[in-house]
Order: sequence, then C-alpha cells, then structure tokens
Amino acid sequence: MGRRKIIASGEGGQGVQALAETLARAAHNAGLSALYIPNFGIEQRGGVSLAFVQVADGPIGAPKFLTADLVVALSPRSLRRSEQYLGSHSVVLYDSSLIEAPQISDEVVGLQSYETIAPEAFAEKTGYRERQGAVETGSRRVIALAASDLARQRLHPRVFNMIILGAIVSITGVVTLEQVKEALEEKLDRRFRKDPRLREHNFAALELGAAAIDEKIREGAHR
Amino acid sequence: MEKEPAGECRDFMTGNEVIARAALAAGADFMFGYPITPQNEIMHHWRRLAPQQGRGFLQTEDELSAGFAAIGAIISGKAAFSATAGPGTVLFQEPLSMAEMMRLPVVVAVQQRGGPSTATVIYSQQELTLTCFGGNGEGLRLVYSTSSHQELYDYTIKAFHKAWRYRFPTFILGDGYQAKMREALQLYDPVRRGIGDIPKEAIFGSVRAGETEPLLHLRNSFSVEEELSEVLERHLADYARAAPALVEHEFIGVPGGELLVVAHGIVGRAARQAVQELRGMGRPVNFFRPITLRPFPEDALREALQMSGGAVLVAESAQGQLGNLVRLAASGEGLPDFRSYYRPGVGITAEEIKEAVLDERALDAAVLAPGE
Amino acid sequence: MSEHSMPQCWHRESKPHRFCPGCGHGLVLKALGLAVDELGLAERIIFACDIGCSLLAWDFFTFPCMQTHHGRTIPVMVGLKRASPDRIVVAYMGDGGGYSIGLQHLISAAQRHDPITAVLVNNTVYAMTGGQMAPTTLPGQRTETTPFGRDEADTGRPFRGPETLAAVAHPRAYLARGTVARVPRLKNMIREALERQLQGDFAFVEALSTCPTNWRTSAAETWSFLEQEMGSYYRPGEIAVAREED
Repeated sequence: MGRRKIIASGEGGQGVQALAETLARAAHNAGLSALYIPNFGIEQRGGVSLAFVQVADGPIGAPKFLTADLVVALSPRSLRRSEQYLGSHSVVLYDSSLIEAPQISDEVVGLQSYETIAPEAFAEKTGYRERQGAVETGSRRVIALAASDLARQRLHPRVFNMIILGAIVSITGVVTLEQVKEALEEKLDRRFRKDPRLREHNFAALELGAAAIDEKIREGAHR
Repeated sequence: MEKEPAGECRDFMTGNEVIARAALAAGADFMFGYPITPQNEIMHHWRRLAPQQGRGFLQTEDELSAGFAAIGAIISGKAAFSATAGPGTVLFQEPLSMAEMMRLPVVVAVQQRGGPSTATVIYSQQELTLTCFGGNGEGLRLVYSTSSHQELYDYTIKAFHKAWRYRFPTFILGDGYQAKMREALQLYDPVRRGIGDIPKEAIFGSVRAGETEPLLHLRNSFSVEEELSEVLERHLADYARAAPALVEHEFIGVPGGELLVVAHGIVGRAARQAVQELRGMGRPVNFFRPITLRPFPEDALREALQMSGGAVLVAESAQGQLGNLVRLAASGEGLPDFRSYYRPGVGITAEEIKEAVLDERALDAAVLAPGE
Repeated sequence: MSEHSMPQCWHRESKPHRFCPGCGHGLVLKALGLAVDELGLAERIIFACDIGCSLLAWDFFTFPCMQTHHGRTIPVMVGLKRASPDRIVVAYMGDGGGYSIGLQHLISAAQRHDPITAVLVNNTVYAMTGGQMAPTTLPGQRTETTPFGRDEADTGRPFRGPETLAAVAHPRAYLARGTVARVPRLKNMIREALERQLQGDFAFVEALSTCPTNWRTSAAETWSFLEQEMGSYYRPGEIAVAREED
C-alpha cells in the first residue's frame, strides 16, 4: 500500500482531531505504521483545526508533508487553510451541507461536486484493493458529502465527524470499518459502557458515511 | 497477535505521554514542573500515573523553582526530573548551571518551540545551543536528540542512568512535533530488560571520584581563581573521559558518497526518508544523525564525511545551530563543500530535503551563504 | 567566642568563621546551632545557604551544608523536603535573597505551607556586593545606590517580611522576628521554627542583624542602629497569621 497521507481540517470543536486520531489508532491496531499529529497553536478554540495522518506498511518519516492524498475539509475556512496541501492527484472530501459548492474554486480543485467526478475514476472500483488505487492514481477528484445534514436528519448532530470518518475509510481503504469500531471501543470504552446508545450512534454514523461513499461510487460506475 | 515479552506492550500515544511513561518505568521518584506548551502533557500524565506508584509531583511557582526543587530532591538521593520549553528553557539555565557546577544529575525533557521570545508554542530546533551550552559555564551536559517515540522512551530511561552514573545534567531534547504526535512504540520494564535501576544515591555522604572523604559540604562559589580552575579541570577531564562511551549516532551510507546529509531529531526522520528515496534513484547520498549533541559524535561525523567526499548538507529547523557543531567537528577536515537548509522555527519535510539536495543552484547559493 | 560556647554542631575546622568583625551572621548561626543541639536534630538536618554573605556559612556545621543560588535556597529545600520528608531542612538567606530576587519562592512556600524552616538575616543592605540598597533599607539610610539616603517616594517603603507572609500563610504557620541583640530569644524562635517543621508546618524567622562594614559604623553606632532605628521599624516578636474571615 506504500504510504497514505491524509489532511483532516475543520473548525475547532467539529471533532477533526478525534476522527484523525481514531483513524490512526485503527491503522496502528491493524499492524500498520501510523502517525498522527495535530496542528496546534496559541488559539484553543474557534480556529481552524488541522490534523496530519499518515498510514504506511513501512517506517514513516517526517510527521508533516507537503501534499496529501486525501484532503478532508469540513468548513469553508478549513478548506482555504488546507488547499496548500493539494497535489495534482489529491482527492478532496468536503461536507457539502456546510460548504456551498461555489466556495470550492475551479482553479484549486478543478471539479465542483460528485456529479462532475470523472466516472472512470471510480468505475469497477467496488473492491477494497481497487479503491486504494483510486486514491493513489488518476487526476484530482472531489467528493461532496452532506455529512452534517445526514447526521442531523438520521442520527445526531454530534456524530457528524464519524460519518466523515466512515467516508474516509471507504475512500482510502487503509483500514476496515471493523478496525475503526475497535479503535473507538478502545478510546471511548468508559463512555460506551455508561451509555450504550453512544456506541450505536457512532457505529451507525460510520456505516452511514461509508455507505454514502459506496453509493456514489456505484452511481459513478453506472453513468 | 504475537505474545508480548513479559512486562512489555506495544502502544500508540503522544510523545509527552511517552516521556512520562518512560520516567515512571525508569524509576524516577519526583517531577517538578511549571506549565508551558508544548510539554504540559508530560506533567499531566505523570500527575495521574505517579501517585499509584508512590512517586511525587509538585507544580512549582516558576521554572526556576522547578529546577532548584529538582536539585533539592536529587541532593537527598531521589531521581527527580522536570520538563520545559522555549522561555522556560531559558529560565532553566540558572538551576542547570548550578547542577553543572555541583555535578547534580538533573534530568530535563526539553520540547522545543519557536523562538526567540514567546514566538510559537508549536515547534523548532532552536533550543539546541541553549540546551547544550546554556548557562555561564562550559556545557558539561549530556544531550540526547530523539527522532521517534521509541527513542523518546529509550533515551528518557537512559538519561536517568547516564545522569546518575556520570553526574552531569542530562537532557532529552525533543520538540513540539514529538510532544504532540502519536505513533507506535514498545513499552517495557527496564529492569526486566536487564537495564536495571537508576544508580542513585544521596549526594551528601557519597564519596566522589578522586576523593576519600564522604561529601559533607557542597559549594558552587570559590574565593580564588585557582580554586575554581582546579575543580573545573577535574570536571572537564571527567567529561572528556566519559565522552567516548556516551556519544551515539546513526549513519546510513557507503564510501564514495557524493554528499552527506546531516540532521538531528525529528528532522533526522525527514532527512533519512529523503536520503533513502535519493538512493533509490541511484544517487549515492549518505545520512548522518547525531543522537548525542553533547558530547558530539565528532569522530563518527568525520568518518562519515570522508565517505561522502567531504560534501555536507545540514538541514535543521534553526539557523545553523547544528551547522555550527558540524563545522566545528569537521574543522580539521577542511570542509570543502558546506551546504545548508535552515528553516528556523519551521518544520522540514522529506520532500523539501530531497529538493534541496537535487537543486544544484540552490546548493551553490548556500555555499556562498554569509560567513563563507 | 571561646571554644566553650560553640554549639556542638559547629564544624570546628571551619572556625574562626569568615564573617567580618561585628557581623551578625555568626550570632544567628550560633542561635541556629544551639537550637539544633537542644533538639538533637544534627543527624537529620540539611542546611542550605543563599548567595550573598550567607554563602560563607557553606561549611559551618557538622551536618550537611550546601550553597545554592541567590534567592533559590527555598525551592532547593522545598524540593528536598517534598522528596525526602524525613529530613529536616533549613533555608538560610539574606534579605536580598528572601525579599527581593527570591520573594516569589518565599511567598509560594508560605502559601503552600511547605514544612520547611526558613531563616532570613535582615541587615538592611546587600553586603557581599558592596553595600547597595536592599528591600529592607530604612528611609533615609545611605547605601551605595541611595547615596543621599533612601527616598521613599522613589524606592518605596522598607519591606516587612513576616507581616507580609502573615497575609498568605497557613493559620498553623510560625512567623517571627528576632534580633542578634537578644540571642537566647532568637535561639528560642529558631527552635520553635524547627519544632514546627517537625509537626509539618511552615516556619519563618527573620533575624535583625548588623553590618558595620557597609553601614560604616563604630561598635556603639552599630548597636544603636540595630536597637533603635531597625528595632522601631521592624518590631521583634511573633507575628500572628491572618485568620480566615468569618
């Protein structure tokens, strides 16, 4: 699998760091090398929150990198902040319920939303292995997911970051949903025991995010 | 999953937690600390874990107090340590200079942040000179520059052992990235691995090298120059004698290299990755990472330079603090080709180092850098 | 001082001591030595001195003695006591070390109620460095940095240590001011301060002392300055700790 580089960004309080840490922990538990580092500064709240995650099957070098394979942006400000990590092959996942499409400029990401994704990019890519390739090769792609709306309508607004995490799992394929669930169990053990509904909500959110991406890929394949 | 050896487990955590866990595993008795980012979580983790094992913690009124209180604990034979960063490292120089003069094994973890002044709470490698040579003295200190969480764990344990064995203030020089990032490492019990316990003892009542009487009175001020000179000569000789056993480095390369990339700490990771990729491209680029910055692995560096045609590229998140050590160590070799990639206060990626190596024009410009 | 009157715990090899003729340090250290003798604490005690004239006491006793840094004697002893509570610690300092450069440590130790014994020698000047103004220099007093007399409007009022600590110290803390003019009383205060440490309490004794070298006074003038000028601004006695408001 080589090395996967992911930037997750959003507003402070959106749960960006939690999802990044969970992803890295899941990869670690799966026997892969994983490194996660938050961008931190003097601001404690209200700023853009940025996380660097790397997953590899060998040693990982510097904790930060210049170009990401996947840039996840959960707010307009965070997208502007993380644009600098976009390379020619980067995939962008953004929350379309928070970011209006026009805020993603043509110049930067090239495409506006899922509908304009080149279908061949995801064609025949329903399997785990091939989906990995989708991140590695091809031109820049943009995936819109109304995660916040989905969370509000279907589950609970606070699990919106888990919908995003489910989507990341589906896009990158670096870990399985089961591995992410185990990492969540590990991290939230006490809170899950106190309130089992929390587990249900989080797991349902992961499934929802992953299914939404799978759906988009299937639709793309049939166009 | 394979069965872990007894007392061991693989875990995934931040560097700050690693240091707290390592100090606990090493058998450290007491931490004195004052809040400063990015080292705070060392205190947080220690404070939560230490009391269960009968170890102590005190949040002091400032860094001066943290350093001096650690000294007090050490005087009574307890392995005490602290952690700091940036302006805190500046304040720490006062107690550290006393520890240097009185040969007290203070252990301090320094998580470098941007400077000068308050600057950033994030990251830099700008505290190298301060950590190695701060204070009004000769820099009789041991400084370990780590580049992974495994090294943070290993060298924090080692720091306590070496500090007490050789009686020099000892540092784990990390940085904000190492403090805050999470990666995997193997946690272990140093006793089960045969490393043993920290060789600590009460300072008063101990018999020091070269003396016969147990220590009763301890001083740091002297009436005449000759008195000081005699003490310093003894300390300097001890340091010089210990240095060959203390120096550590990492080298990747072969004779006939075209260039030696030198970096320490977290930048060493980026440099190692860049060199491996360059070697994959067929470029015979060598890699050298000093692990001890004080004492500096001078002989090993000179040897590595000879294997690299005398050409060196120093990469660091500071304006030549490592570069100066490299120049000094290599001064006998003439240093025909010194290049630098200095990014004070800013992180360095493997891509950037690779680019710096490949961009001949940039390198030529670097050769003509000020002072040449 | 005759061999006879030396406290048992005085280190005879380091005597005669190095303080100037007429200096009060020897008397404060005698009071401390006698108190240690009376309590039989020589086996458990560790003595640390500040930088300034107090550094000359670095080998004064037969129990462990050490120098620290200017103003930092208290944190060293706090650290030692925290890590090794069975030791009895004495932090010995001048007024510059305690009330100026190290004031945050003195106040913090009092506020935390660290079980240490701090003894501070108040001679109204920075003596080792050549007679500069100290926090305790009296109004109108001439020093090298107040050559025309200390001007309150410019440099404020002299610092009253125990009274200041009374505002932050624990109700069980012991705060007192003695004087080298009455060594037996001073010895009793220091003895009380050591006993309080044994009970787990913070204890602080300021000792009014003399510096004829920097005061440039004759023996009679020295005594008069200590008893009259200093004694009227700095009242000897035990200082009550502020009680919690009802």
